[in-house]
Amino acid sequence: MTEIDQISPLLEIRDLSVRFKTDEGEVEALDKVSLEIKPCQTVGVVGESGCGKSVTAYSIMRLLPRPMGMISNGRILFQGKNLLDLSTEEMRDIRGNEIGMIFQEPMNALNPVQKIGKQLSEVFSLHQQDDNHQAWLRSIDMLEAVGIPSAENRMHEYPHQLSGGMRQRVVIAMALACKPSLIIADEPTTALDVTVQAQILDLLQNLQKETGCSILLITHDLGVIAETCDQVCVMYAGRVVEKGVAEKVFASPQHAYTQDLLGSIPRLDGHSKARLKTIEGIVPSLFELNEGCRFGPRSCRDHTEEQLSQRPDFKEISSGHWVEACPVCTQT
Amino acid sequence: MIKGSEFLRLDNLRVHFPVRGGVFKKAIGYCKAVDGVSFSLKKGQTLGLVGESGCGKSTLAKSIVRLLRPTSGKIHFKDYTTDDIERRKDFCKSVQMVFQDPAESLNTRMTVGAIIQEPLDIHGLGNRDERPVRVKELLQKVGLPVSATRRYPFEFSGGQRQRIGIARALAVSPELLVLDEPVSALDVSVQSQVLNLLLDLQNELGLSYLFIAHDLAVVKHVSDIIAVMYLGKIVEIASAEELYSNPLHAYTKALISAIPVPDPSVKRKRIVIPGDVPSPIDPPPGCAFGHRVNAKNYPASLGMPLGLKEVVADHWVLDCPCCIEEG
Repeated sequence: MTEIDQISPLLEIRDLSVRFKTDEGEVEALDKVSLEIKPCQTVGVVGESGCGKSVTAYSIMRLLPRPMGMISNGRILFQGKNLLDLSTEEMRDIRGNEIGMIFQEPMNALNPVQKIGKQLSEVFSLHQQDDNHQAWLRSIDMLEAVGIPSAENRMHEYPHQLSGGMRQRVVIAMALACKPSLIIADEPTTALDVTVQAQILDLLQNLQKETGCSILLITHDLGVIAETCDQVCVMYAGRVVEKGVAEKVFASPQHAYTQDLLGSIPRLDGHSKARLKTIEGIVPSLFELNEGCRFGPRSCRDHTEEQLSQRPDFKEISSGHWVEACPVCTQT
Repeated sequence: MIKGSEFLRLDNLRVHFPVRGGVFKKAIGYCKAVDGVSFSLKKGQTLGLVGESGCGKSTLAKSIVRLLRPTSGKIHFKDYTTDDIERRKDFCKSVQMVFQDPAESLNTRMTVGAIIQEPLDIHGLGNRDERPVRVKELLQKVGLPVSATRRYPFEFSGGQRQRIGIARALAVSPELLVLDEPVSALDVSVQSQVLNLLLDLQNELGLSYLFIAHDLAVVKHVSDIIAVMYLGKIVEIASAEELYSNPLHAYTKALISAIPVPDPSVKRKRIVIPGDVPSPIDPPPGCAFGHRVNAKNYPASLGMPLGLKEVVADHWVLDCPCCIEEG
């Protein structure tokens, strides 16, 4: 047991299940997902589109579209409180104040017809009851903190006048405005160039050092996870298939899905024009999920009927390294 | 380089867009999207083009397939230039393009069969009985079921749609494919499927590729030669291995260091480039990259004609005093 193991988690998700009602029937977007984030940690959630990464983030913020999306099972404990029991007003207090969120596409997260200054100072006047002048001054400080040059002039500009990287900085400034203890970053760099991505990741890491907040980083880029995260959690078709300390998971991935995912990325130091490992087929539709090993039907490994119909246990194979123990997919 | 082996050659290509303003909408300035690009490509080779958004990659691609008209400069293809109107039809048949977003580049109201058959109809290849056979053959070649002909693009996933786009481009048996960010919209596992397909097709059909992407790892994987573009100009061009192991231009170095490596045990120093790509409408004088990073020797680049210089054999770099370290 190291020190960090004894600290109680800041956020703890236990057996979270989310169902969506659609025209074609009900689907289960998350199936008993468990996850925890310790103070000052960065936890990465990685997976392909449709695996439930964003749904996890939106469930924590209680921002699932209603009435289609509903949490059917589980608890989300934030600093010991179950967020699912809070009233709408109490939850509104937590959002922004205690948990900040950075959205994927900064253009869609900002109001296009309001100036940056107004949108940003609104955070202070709503959450911290600042008067207008004070909110304005604090907003300028915040913009400077995220590295926007000539912040005072930027306050009078509209989102479309800023570049993609600058807009993302504004969104980060908004998320960090009230010094939240947890930041949920939903694909914060996907829409950006690699060079700008490097800037934003650097910024997030520096801000984390200064404020000591925890970050839940959602991305499909394993490279980003490897560079920034302490813990990683691999999701597939609504379930967590593997989670643990980033170094361990990357060094010895146990689940076949994690292995295949890592194998399918072209590497800078790899051989040019060599064939890449691929995962055949696509992520299964949520309508045709089996109860057992969900990667089984796609993995080109022979599974028995029983393995496909009975949910494998989620086992701790070494300290802090958990894996969904399907006997076929976790063979070494 | 031996002239006979050249397949596609760009000669000082420029694409400038007029910026209009005032009462009479006169051109008050020019957006220099592509500003003097030259390179050549041999048959069966892949040239990768990387750069940040706004550096002119897509404009260059579009001007090569003549969706845009170059302002000046020539594109030589085999033994003719693309200005040669008599050979235009030949050219259109030999050079095809695959677009970035497969959802937007396929007509949603046409069946997949009709989409792939359209180039055959336009170029008058085969007769009424032969064309559907060819369509089925193409579908099999890109790994889609033959039953796809009667279905619509929305019924397919992103990776499958990109395969349809590739099948359409292959329909007229082209020799050069211009691929504009063909895998950026796809998930990693599907991305590797499409990359493998492209490599297989190249081996089988002897195609040449112009591969555009912003992901240097992907470009390195598929390319023989890589050209790095910055603000409408090529700043460095070399073979893939050489460029990666021995980058000379400061921008290339920064670009390589910015790519996240999927291995937490590798601890590297990220070179973070401050700021954004400057606007091509009113580019800074002298070296555009030196201006951005505020390089020490930046003033030395003012008033200097910046051209590509061959430093090592077949390794060309923009000869600029502020971006290349001596020694």
